[in-house]
Amino acid sequence: MVSKKKSSSIDVKILEHELVPKHVIVDIDEGIKILKQYGIKPEQLPWLRASDPVARAIGAKPGDIVKIVRKSPTGGEVIVYRYVVPG
Amino acid sequence: MGEIGGARNSIEKLVESELSGLMPRIVEDIKMAFTKYGISYEKAKHMLKIIKDEIENNTIDPGEAVGIVAAQSIGEPSTQMTLRTFHYAGVRELNVTLGLPRLIELVDAKKTPSTPLTYIYLLPEYNNREKAIEIARKIELTRIINVALKVDVDLFNNVIVLTLDPSMLIDKGVSVDDVVKSLQKHLKKTNITISEENPNEIIIQFEEPIDPIKVESIRDKILNIKIKGIKGINKVVIQKRGDEYVLVCEGSNLRELMDVEGIDYRRIRTNNIKEVEEILGIEAARSLLIEEMINVLEEQGLDVNIRHVMLVADIMTRTGTVKPIGRHGVAGSKDSVLAKAAFEVTVKQLVDAAVHGDMDLLRGIAENVIIGNYIPVGTAKVKLVYNPYMG
Repeated sequence: MVSKKKSSSIDVKILEHELVPKHVIVDIDEGIKILKQYGIKPEQLPWLRASDPVARAIGAKPGDIVKIVRKSPTGGEVIVYRYVVPG
Repeated sequence: MGEIGGARNSIEKLVESELSGLMPRIVEDIKMAFTKYGISYEKAKHMLKIIKDEIENNTIDPGEAVGIVAAQSIGEPSTQMTLRTFHYAGVRELNVTLGLPRLIELVDAKKTPSTPLTYIYLLPEYNNREKAIEIARKIELTRIINVALKVDVDLFNNVIVLTLDPSMLIDKGVSVDDVVKSLQKHLKKTNITISEENPNEIIIQFEEPIDPIKVESIRDKILNIKIKGIKGINKVVIQKRGDEYVLVCEGSNLRELMDVEGIDYRRIRTNNIKEVEEILGIEAARSLLIEEMINVLEEQGLDVNIRHVMLVADIMTRTGTVKPIGRHGVAGSKDSVLAKAAFEVTVKQLVDAAVHGDMDLLRGIAENVIIGNYIPVGTAKVKLVYNPYMG
């Protein structure tokens, strides 16, 4: 229980860390659009575990698609998607 | 002026429409270059055509074996690396694993690196020497053993006499009272007093007789009692980089360090990939993995394009956890039995597949090489598909 309490206090802090890119949960219509655009099933996207600290901080549930805005050294801002899986 | 502004706008619009879907940074760069050299609308149109062709020529085609190219592009320079682990003289009193051993460590996704390090930056209002020393003392793990000079066990009187080193006490910023307090917290059924003859001597009077067999373990227990600090932070060195103070710590404990007052939790860095994954998430682990790999390669003077390293990091973090390359990780999760058998522990793979009744769909490279088919790369990747439901 003690460790749970401790982790909650840095929950907000981790989202501000410079290594953590912006994560946004996409709504279902946009999710379908993305899958159509790539022509893939959701589980073919890279995964994001539901237990991932960032996933928990933004409240992503298994089945969600999370949009990640990475700052890439080669292409400025790059948008990637991850599919939230249990575990 | 208005006319020029209008022309500028129309050129920018042209750039945006022609290059839509490309990375925003490239579009911005082109816009800037056009403005800088005052390109006219007609010229801009012509140049955009050339730029578009050039981009098309330089884009990776579908079916290109990027993984193999990445493997070769990282593998060949790695053979040029010095095998020796340098004891880095630049950082005072700290060792950093570099070169091939570090690269192997990264690719194997080791739980803890052989030399875990944390770089702590301070918030602006704490960025001076005194505050830096204060924080460094607060976080550095100090045990009794760090300040003790000697431990004497007196079995007749059931007494252990702990003599402290005054110079170490000052160095670590600990008072004798602090030591007494932590001893009282950890030792039960004892009476702890400071000696009257020597202020640096602590007398631990046990209520029950000390078992002579257990003397060694009691001694070790006393020496390992924590006085202050954060678990895992073994040594803190203060460095000045530009006009900033940086605390370089041996060991890492992100979760607790991020809660310490005065530490800039947005910029704290460690080289422990697994810990970053656990505390900051998979995306942070991916960025750190890329950064660390590129640093190792650059430090050895090897020029490897970051795209290859990014591909490796992408594959390692694809399933949401950092997986090693190799039979326990990425290579072991291949779909094809033959491809796995071609890599390592051939017999085990084949037996397991036989027991489970696995099927090989022959979609990868290695299995098609084995059976003598065309490998699905480049032009051989393309297949004809008939979709009866499409008008």
